[in-house]
Amino acid sequence: MTASNYATERETTEGRVFTVTGGDWDDVVSGVDPINEGRIVVNMGPQHPSTHGVLRLILELEGETVREARSVVGYLHTGIEKNLEYRNWVQGSTFVTRMDYLSPIFNETAYSLAVEKLLGITDDVTERANTIRVLMMELNRISSHLVWLATTGMELGAISIMLYGFREREYILEIFELITGLRMNHAYVRPGGVAQDVPDEAIVKIREFLKVMPKRLKEYEDLLSGQPIWLERTQNVAVLDVTGCLALGVTGPVLRSAGLAWDLRKTMPYCGYETYEFDVPTHPDGDVWGRYLVRLAEIRESMKLVEQALDRLRPGPVMVADKKIAWPAQLAIGVDGMGNSLEHVAKIMGQSMESLIHHFKLVTEGFRVPPGQVYVAVESPRGELGVHAVSDGGTRPYRVHYREPSFVNLQALPAMAEGGLIADVIAGGASLDPVMGGCDR
Amino acid sequence: MTDDKPTTGGVPVPVPPAGATSGAPAEFPPAAPAGRGMFGNQGSGDVSGFGGLVRQHHAVEDSPRPYGGYFDEVRDALEEAYPAFGEAIEKVVVDRGELTLHVRPERIAEVCQVMRDDSALRFELCSSVSGVDYLGADARRLHVVYHLTSMTYRRQVRLEAAVSAEEPHLPSVTSVYPTADWQEREAYDMFGIVFDGHPALTRILMPDDWEGHPQRKDYPLGGVPVEYKGAEIPPPDKRRSYQ
Repeated sequence: MTASNYATERETTEGRVFTVTGGDWDDVVSGVDPINEGRIVVNMGPQHPSTHGVLRLILELEGETVREARSVVGYLHTGIEKNLEYRNWVQGSTFVTRMDYLSPIFNETAYSLAVEKLLGITDDVTERANTIRVLMMELNRISSHLVWLATTGMELGAISIMLYGFREREYILEIFELITGLRMNHAYVRPGGVAQDVPDEAIVKIREFLKVMPKRLKEYEDLLSGQPIWLERTQNVAVLDVTGCLALGVTGPVLRSAGLAWDLRKTMPYCGYETYEFDVPTHPDGDVWGRYLVRLAEIRESMKLVEQALDRLRPGPVMVADKKIAWPAQLAIGVDGMGNSLEHVAKIMGQSMESLIHHFKLVTEGFRVPPGQVYVAVESPRGELGVHAVSDGGTRPYRVHYREPSFVNLQALPAMAEGGLIADVIAGGASLDPVMGGCDR
Repeated sequence: MTDDKPTTGGVPVPVPPAGATSGAPAEFPPAAPAGRGMFGNQGSGDVSGFGGLVRQHHAVEDSPRPYGGYFDEVRDALEEAYPAFGEAIEKVVVDRGELTLHVRPERIAEVCQVMRDDSALRFELCSSVSGVDYLGADARRLHVVYHLTSMTYRRQVRLEAAVSAEEPHLPSVTSVYPTADWQEREAYDMFGIVFDGHPALTRILMPDDWEGHPQRKDYPLGGVPVEYKGAEIPPPDKRRSYQ
């Protein structure tokens, strides 16, 4: 790369100032002759209501037909992976939960599974902790798919489904708040187990949700499935077959909508998924319509899983027994919300010096993780969410890399969009369900 | 947690200095500048009284056969399908139930091609490409790590290729796995690893005119001190901490 590729710069009293004009945008525009070629270049995003966050699309159009499409990402890069290297292993869960903000529980679980594998305590995670993880992940999958349904509906002109989708998602967020204390960014799943036990009120609320939800799903289908405009906008649109999916690394509902029943919960199970009864929905066509059907069917399968998880919740510990790893105390509800357990604070401050030292060491220094590297993948609502974690034997991660399905899947957008209409770029992009917070990390 | 002889798990990490016995934090002077300082200590962080301890480095070792599981089959199948196996594969490491093949960087695209196409291997999906910077622990400090998944056999394998920071070149695998496109761009952006033959190797997460490669270990985290209720909180990489 030569110096001319960089933005123009000038020295000022406060240091060097760059004038950024949008990268190669001027070159791209001047490179197209609108009169002779009949093509125009359209910049869609990064701030466009239909691009699912800050995704920039550069489209070369001939009339309404997309000839070339390129996506530009990175607008939401926050350096979470770098930041992780400066915090201890447990603190990591509060960072990774913020990556893909629609599926925080999956980010946390994948991270925790990786740390547990590095520690060699995968088998020590208690039955109850695993069941709670499955319960939370499946609730999270439902809420994530509901947001997909809501936003995709809105982008394709079905405003009412947007309101309904967010209404039901709110229900799940309330359940999450009841269990974890937070609606999003929970840091609930921790290396070794989960942060605190599920309260009884939450079980009641989840049961209520399971009663209400089938009716609501029926409503969505009544609204959309027979709707001629919805069918027109989705059927045979943005088709990607299995070969295309595999070459471009696309996994999750998009791959399953092309007909391949690849679901890590079945093929490479974790957290005890092999003991649950559920199906992997597929569709043969590989279009937006198929992705819609697959996601609705997955909501139903997730409800089955939630019900089974509720039935097998038995009292027991939710953290590993090893006191060198387990957090010294669980959080408790106080007058000002979820926070430190007053009982625990009274004990370490008033009664037991040893407990105080133990608490202090574990919280400030953290535990050591033996050197090595692992790769752990879970099936997130968007596909394979992989964590490559490396330890050098210290109390902090040496390197953590997230294989983000949003990031990998977005590469398929040009393959779906080129040759189609510009309106179908919206449908195709939305059907990938990219979450830019996860994509850019 | 305190093993007598910690395993390296296929990762080139520093070993405790000679004379270390207790596994206390002081006996593990920080590997990277990032973790320097143990509650404000500068220098080696050695408060044990020995002073002047010299760090030794483990070399990554081959795992003995049999590896167990499907790992032997994968190795044998690759050895049979790929005549240059002995030359291209530097080491085979099995750790924590995962198989890692250390590949000579110039051979990585060939090995991927065989891994994908051979009927006994069939690693159809390249799950992940990422980089790791082993600054100070390996002369070829930049490692590119590929995670391949075989959907046919439900297997996973890790390929690892190491290059030096002075000559950070290796062939791109985009012709074998098109999905590696953005992931190689990310590795270039974050580590400055150059993938020869990549169709458009440009930055992807950082702005085009960014200087440096942020995920390298000698690239500072940055940050400014923050004042809160009269106290000044230093940025994360300047805070006192254990390593």
